[in-house]
Amino acid sequence: MTGVANSTRASAPALMPRPAAIVVNGLLAGLAVVALFPLLWMLSVSFMAPGASSVYPPQLLPHEPTLDNYRELFARVGVGRYLANSLLVAVAATALSLFFNVTAGYAFAKLRFAGRDRIFRLMLGALVIPGQVAMVPLFLLLKQLGLVNSYGGVIVPAMASIFGIFLVRQYALSIPDDLLEAARIDGASEWRIFAMVVVPLLKPIVVTLAVFTLLGTWNDFMWPLIVLTDKELYTLPVALAGLSREHVQDNELMMAGSVLTILPVLVVFLVLQRYYIQGLMTGGVKG
Amino acid sequence: MGSEGEVVTKLLPAFERANPGIRVDVQPLPWSAAHEKLLTAFAGDATPDLCQLGNTWIPEFVALRALEPLDARLASSTVDRADFFSGIFDTNVVDGRAYGVPWYVDTRLLFYRRDLTDAAGIHGPPASWADWTRALAAVKARAAPGQYAILLPLNEVEPLLALALSQDDLLLRDGGRYGNFRSAGFRRALGFYVGMFRDGYAPPVTASQMSNVWTEFGRGTFAFYISGPWNIGEFNRRLPASVQDAWETAPLPGPDGPGASTAGGSSLVVFRASPVKDAAWKLIEYLSRADVERSFHALTGDLPPRRSAWSDPALASDAHARAFRDQLERVKPTPKVPEWERIADEMRVVAERAARGLTSVDEAVTELDARADRILEKRRWLLARDGSAR
Amino acid sequence: MAARPRRIGAVKARGAGWWFAAPALCVIAVFFVLPVLAALAMSLTDFDIYALADLSALRIVGLRNYAELLQRPLFWQALGNTLYFVAAGVPLSLALSLGAALLLNSRFARLQPFFRTALFAPVVTTVVAVAVIWRYLLGTRYGVLNYALGALGIPEIDWLGDPRFAMPAIILFAVWKNFGYNMIILLAGLQKIPGDLYEAARIDGASAFAQFRFVTLPMLTPILTIVGILTVAGYFQLFAEPYVMTQGGPLQSTVSVLYFMYEEGFKWWNLGNASAVAFLLFLLIFAVTLVQMRVARRAPGWQ
Repeated sequence: MTGVANSTRASAPALMPRPAAIVVNGLLAGLAVVALFPLLWMLSVSFMAPGASSVYPPQLLPHEPTLDNYRELFARVGVGRYLANSLLVAVAATALSLFFNVTAGYAFAKLRFAGRDRIFRLMLGALVIPGQVAMVPLFLLLKQLGLVNSYGGVIVPAMASIFGIFLVRQYALSIPDDLLEAARIDGASEWRIFAMVVVPLLKPIVVTLAVFTLLGTWNDFMWPLIVLTDKELYTLPVALAGLSREHVQDNELMMAGSVLTILPVLVVFLVLQRYYIQGLMTGGVKG
Repeated sequence: MGSEGEVVTKLLPAFERANPGIRVDVQPLPWSAAHEKLLTAFAGDATPDLCQLGNTWIPEFVALRALEPLDARLASSTVDRADFFSGIFDTNVVDGRAYGVPWYVDTRLLFYRRDLTDAAGIHGPPASWADWTRALAAVKARAAPGQYAILLPLNEVEPLLALALSQDDLLLRDGGRYGNFRSAGFRRALGFYVGMFRDGYAPPVTASQMSNVWTEFGRGTFAFYISGPWNIGEFNRRLPASVQDAWETAPLPGPDGPGASTAGGSSLVVFRASPVKDAAWKLIEYLSRADVERSFHALTGDLPPRRSAWSDPALASDAHARAFRDQLERVKPTPKVPEWERIADEMRVVAERAARGLTSVDEAVTELDARADRILEKRRWLLARDGSAR
Repeated sequence: MAARPRRIGAVKARGAGWWFAAPALCVIAVFFVLPVLAALAMSLTDFDIYALADLSALRIVGLRNYAELLQRPLFWQALGNTLYFVAAGVPLSLALSLGAALLLNSRFARLQPFFRTALFAPVVTTVVAVAVIWRYLLGTRYGVLNYALGALGIPEIDWLGDPRFAMPAIILFAVWKNFGYNMIILLAGLQKIPGDLYEAARIDGASAFAQFRFVTLPMLTPILTIVGILTVAGYFQLFAEPYVMTQGGPLQSTVSVLYFMYEEGFKWWNLGNASAVAFLLFLLIFAVTLVQMRVARRAPGWQ
């Protein structure tokens, strides 16, 4: 049996399994096919020659696989640049947000200050406000700050997020108070306590938060679409959206573009999924 | 934008060689997003130095005070104002000042399958709307189920606009303060347009629903199509050999005779915020040179905006381009108010509802006037406040 | 003697608390709270492209933007489209998430990590990239979906071109994309239910369905509520899918409230109007959230 918590798995009566197992696993397999088919098809089409996918009946696998679409993306469309932009923005936003959110999350969990709980409740309530409400004035504000059409315009607003603080705080609540008190009695400064004691304990949630932010900023579409006007600065999703409007007929090229946009995040996810899913489960359940 | 954005890079090396010290960086934009991207750039103080601008957008950018007036530069330049088609150059003039130099022209006229009309007993292109209706009916009568007489994509406003411009009433009244869509002329144009759907001559579809317009034209799914100059090249490239000689272009018929059409195309403009206006102007002069225009035409199929360029053998011998030369003498600009792009969009939306039979023509024109009036409210207030025409 | 270090420690901690929280709070205050308040203010003006060029062209118009919005047919259509999306999409998505979670949690399930990852994969992908894929899959003539339906004898459907089917297509897409997210959260919730409860029910002779109804559902209610609230709020914010797949068409059947706001604000630059739309959306989500919480409180199982 594979690693699921044992609490709900009572010993199964030996007679029942076969038909039930077939049904359950069959349904799961069906769902998996539905979930994965578009992605696999995307991969397959990206290796097809131009025009090869607009046939009836639709082809599932390329007859003559080719790297032409990828070559064209890198050579003519300059996708390497967009890739680099996405990478830069995602990494910078993640690094910064780790600093801002972890310090604040710890503070809300373990440090007392005036209005702490009230501010926290307000922030939770603010989670329901759609981010788009702020977009228009935020754009004008960034224009005043000279950040429009720059990497900063995308990175700066992402430096701290309510959800990130919430995630860290929930996790940090489980840090034993006596550990912190003991360190304080020893005369350590709050910063030392944070750096030496707290952060190591927070490692799992830090990784989770990093994965969340990385995925979130990499995939972000609407805000970079608005803030970035120079094509030199486009991130992959924005470039892809523009390409898709222009090259409506070039199916195979678009799929190659989609592969390049999705593959990095998928890889990061597969490698670090334990943390990501753990983070979701912690955040979701305790909330 | 579009294919021009890709092609212009080929014309630049020669310019850069002739002007050492000037480097041109080209940023292509898809047409569907260009308008909003440019406005966003303006809002974010990130406009380019020089830009290809659809000429219907010029009044809007002038109202924003984003464009540099070019009269002085034109006067002392090699570019000859009088050589441009007057209707076309006029689109660049707002309040008596010129803000752009036409780069290429675009208008809409009829592409049609001569073999299908011949077979239906119609000889020669229609000369008036009544003629046209007869032709449509004849073609439809011989058509198989699932085939039509004309394609009018519902996501395009230009066909309706061309019909509307062919009649005498203005689209907006009182100096662009109110909508004038309830006028007899527009009613007639919209009625004619909607009638083509109601009588089954045109399918109520968008261009993308046609899957591939060229293939379908080749198959005879429709015999008439209102489109622009770029399709001359596309048709030559994409139509099957059997129909290569079977199609022709013709100027649009008007209510009672030859009709007008949209004065479209793009101009080259310089943005006021640019720090290198002189260099930008040099590029405009370069691109307006007769030989460069010729190469540009050869590369894109876009039509030159100057009469003299039309005597060029490449164009003079192109039978399909001749109808365009004729139509270009009868093009009218759209109302030069900044809100026009928006009003045109409302036109498209309301016309689609009428074409699909969801509203009557009367309801449609009333609705259109209501929407136009609402959109123009700010303009009315500003004009009243400033006491001058903008 | 023992009290002294404690009090000093406590005082030091209080000051430090602010220092630790301040950077993030500042960022949030400046880049979120401030714009939100500014949006409220802007919605009371007619800030538009004229005002952008020349601030003197700005007028304070009070609630006129709101009044005008409520009279515009496109606004109501956007609202209707969005409500359709939420009303159909959320139950579908939650049902699928719950179903998948139950399947994964079942004692008969094999290869769980694989299935869990596979079902979650769509969540991780970029909306734009997948919307592009789906646009081709939904193609009328060459799309795989129509081909599969054709094998079942169903005639070709013009998913993205027919006003009746465009929104269902987007609903299908959205559900596919994010059912995995809630599935994981619900899975966590399922795993926290003590096995003895099921044991006790089984001893009492309860069928599988009864166990689900009387043990699983009540225990899951708190999580289901939160998941429901967040999913509803998320679905109200539909934007990327119509933007990439249909541009609001056909016949504006896929214009969502946010898509409408985007066009008002960033296509036509009627920023006053756009802000008003955003606020109306916020009020709507807020109201629906309150209703959901009230309903949940009455359900059995809510502590």
